[in-house]
Amino acid sequence: MKKSRLLMMVGSFLLLGLFIFPLWNITLEAPQYPIPLGMDIYITKFQDTHEFDIKNINLMNHYVGMQYIPDTIPEFKIFPIVIGVMAFLGMFIGFKANYKWFLGWFVLMSILGIAGMYDFYLWEYDYGHNLDPKAIMNFKNPDGSVMGFQPPLFGTKDILNFTAHSYPLVGAYFMFVGMFMTFIAFFLGKKEASN
Amino acid sequence: MKTILKSIFSLTIAAAFLVSCGGPSKKSNKGAVSGNAAEKVYVAPGEHDSHYAFVSGGFSGQLAVYGLPSGRLFRVIPVFSQDPEKAYGYSEETKPMLQTSHGFVPWGDSHHPDISQTNGSVDGRWVFINENNTPRIARISLETFETEEIIEIPNSAGNHSSSFVTENSEYVVAGTRFAVPFPQRDMSISDMKGNFSGALSFLSIDPDHGNMEIKFQIKMPGFNYDLSHPGRGKSHGWFFFSTYNTEEANTLMEVNASQNDKDFIAAINWKKIEEYVNNGGGKKMPAKYAHNTWSDETHTATHVMQKEVLVVEPKDVPGAIYFLPTAKSPHGCDVDPTGEYIIGNGKLAAAMTVHSFTKMQKAIEDKAFDGEAYGIPIIKFDAVNYGTLDQPGLGPLHTEFDTRGNGYTTFFISSEVVKWNIKDLKVIDRHPVYYSVGHLMIPGGNSRTPDDKYMVAMNKITKDRYLPTGPEVCQSAQLFDISGEKMELLLDFPTIGEPHYAAGIAAEKIAPKSKKIYKLNENKHHYAVTNEGETNVVRKGNEVHIKMSMIRSHFSPDNIEGVKVGDKVFFHVTNLEQDYDVPHGISMIGANTSELLIMPGRTATFTWEPKQVGVWPFYCTDFCSALHQEMQGYIRVSPKSSDIKISYTLDGDVPGEDEEE
Ligand SMILES: [Cu+2]
Repeated sequence: MKKSRLLMMVGSFLLLGLFIFPLWNITLEAPQYPIPLGMDIYITKFQDTHEFDIKNINLMNHYVGMQYIPDTIPEFKIFPIVIGVMAFLGMFIGFKANYKWFLGWFVLMSILGIAGMYDFYLWEYDYGHNLDPKAIMNFKNPDGSVMGFQPPLFGTKDILNFTAHSYPLVGAYFMFVGMFMTFIAFFLGKKEASN
Repeated sequence: MKTILKSIFSLTIAAAFLVSCGGPSKKSNKGAVSGNAAEKVYVAPGEHDSHYAFVSGGFSGQLAVYGLPSGRLFRVIPVFSQDPEKAYGYSEETKPMLQTSHGFVPWGDSHHPDISQTNGSVDGRWVFINENNTPRIARISLETFETEEIIEIPNSAGNHSSSFVTENSEYVVAGTRFAVPFPQRDMSISDMKGNFSGALSFLSIDPDHGNMEIKFQIKMPGFNYDLSHPGRGKSHGWFFFSTYNTEEANTLMEVNASQNDKDFIAAINWKKIEEYVNNGGGKKMPAKYAHNTWSDETHTATHVMQKEVLVVEPKDVPGAIYFLPTAKSPHGCDVDPTGEYIIGNGKLAAAMTVHSFTKMQKAIEDKAFDGEAYGIPIIKFDAVNYGTLDQPGLGPLHTEFDTRGNGYTTFFISSEVVKWNIKDLKVIDRHPVYYSVGHLMIPGGNSRTPDDKYMVAMNKITKDRYLPTGPEVCQSAQLFDISGEKMELLLDFPTIGEPHYAAGIAAEKIAPKSKKIYKLNENKHHYAVTNEGETNVVRKGNEVHIKMSMIRSHFSPDNIEGVKVGDKVFFHVTNLEQDYDVPHGISMIGANTSELLIMPGRTATFTWEPKQVGVWPFYCTDFCSALHQEMQGYIRVSPKSSDIKISYTLDGDVPGEDEEE
């Protein structure tokens, strides 16, 4: 089998790592939490970094009127289907199709990834801004607008007494590496075809 | 009377004499700390001590937890006395812990903590401690730092030679300090001699859960059994108890119990007696004693009265018990880490007696006996004695050991600690203490592997050592560095109650497994709730049971009506938090009890009997959150004749009703 096909197949296979490993992590640091509170995001669920972290995040957040982190969201049904279909589609393409399809798959996967991140952003925005009007504490920004408590999409940000970190985890790296391999597979396939 | 005065006078002379020739130097009691001592005890903010010290609270009945080398007090564990800070002995769940055959006894006199061992080393699973006044032994979990079990000792009085643990935690012992009728009965005190007995009890320890059970009780002659230590290494299987009042006097004991030049150390081959018992030996005798156990599942203690105890008569197990003559009224009875040397601290003698286990074995083989006492062979002094430490100081009480072959002995009358070499019986160093030292402690002391860096001396008197606090001033502990040839005083720190004895252990053996929370979904308390929807208020006759929850920063329910004067209201309160270090408290105006301090995931109960109509508040007693002050609620109390039905709400709704829709 040609190297490009192998690379394409392995690359798309790596997406399946998302079924085992968490995609993303949000960690909240504060002086009174020497062991920070954290939440791991899988494509199928939210999970405590340490037992009861989500419960304790909810408890902290109720002071400013934030909603409870839901047990489940519709995305947990959609994401596994999308990832599963894309992985098998990628492996099928790698096995059968012309190398040009490799790039097609990569572009589609990138669009889906960006859509996923946008969805994540929307969820975070709602989570951080849709506050209970009866909230115990109300904070305003210097410009007079209501302060939001949206965690960063990517990176680190101070929110009141907390420092919030938002970074990809192992599952995401599987996906990134996999996608990168499919991208290389396209060029390799092109080179193999021209020889 | 004259003779007493005379002897006190001569004792004073002797003290003066000893002080003038090689006794503790009397320069200044303040300049005793050398230059870099502060550095050696300084534990920077946020850093941890290297050792835990469990220091008995003596007449406070509790056990205090300090860090070494800083001397910082971390926690007072309630054991034998009620403690309103933790609701111990006040909450309905913990009240059974203080039940005895004499009813509810809210105070105890705690003495000697000892840590469980595995293969001759302290393992940090449990600490045992005895109660002197109402004879009891308690077991404390070192995961939760809470008392998990208390067992009363029948046929005993003044449980002093206790609670020392054998090298694989097979047994913890209890020994009666006061000889008493066995079993108790109405008889003339003057007929004591030959009619009173001394019970030595061996409590087996369940290796997995630590639960204790009185396996057997030895009915010994009516002497006073003062202190004890297990054999170890080669002498594992034996237990040694010091005795005084072998005169069997019953009045003016300070004189009449101090007549014999030698008293005894009782050597008990417990393995032999265990074997005898396992083969059906011993006699079951009626005995009333309490056995109280705490469950971390139900968060509740259970009190059971036991009805009988297995009693062994020494004459029925020949070869199991011997008496070792030991210089005058020995107090401490200490065994060195190798198990070879048994030291009797004759508190009224000028010399300290060091017995040899090897010689004892040989003497038994050779039948080198000097008669018998109540059928128990007395080994010839010379046949068992390894040697004596002459004129080491005045009033030797207790000895601990390092791993380098040295003993450290406290001297009550001459207020000092003396370091001496066991093999050649020579004094190496002596250091004054402030003042009147009782026990001393080296971490891992009662084991084959003492951790010989630190030594703590526990003093009875402090007088000028601290700022005065009226007639009652604190007692104190003094920390020494013993890693060098000379002992170096590092630190004084005040202690609660009387720091009677202590047990120490390296922090790394305990800290990593310290429990942080109780899991709500494992809470099997009868009145537990796992969420606010399960909270409710139910009337049963004149009893009102409130199943209440607490979480930052409110109770559920927080408005209750329909309670009447003359009701008995039970607050069964569950802390719904699942976060480390977030307890909440609760108390109610007019409640004749303490507040409850409830750890995350735990349920506790107090009762309230309203005597006046009105609307009465309850509130959180532990500053728990930014909205702690708002953590409160109300109960309406109506007249006895009122027909107002029970109702309860949180934010205007009945908790749990929304969810059912
Ligand atoms: Cu509170």
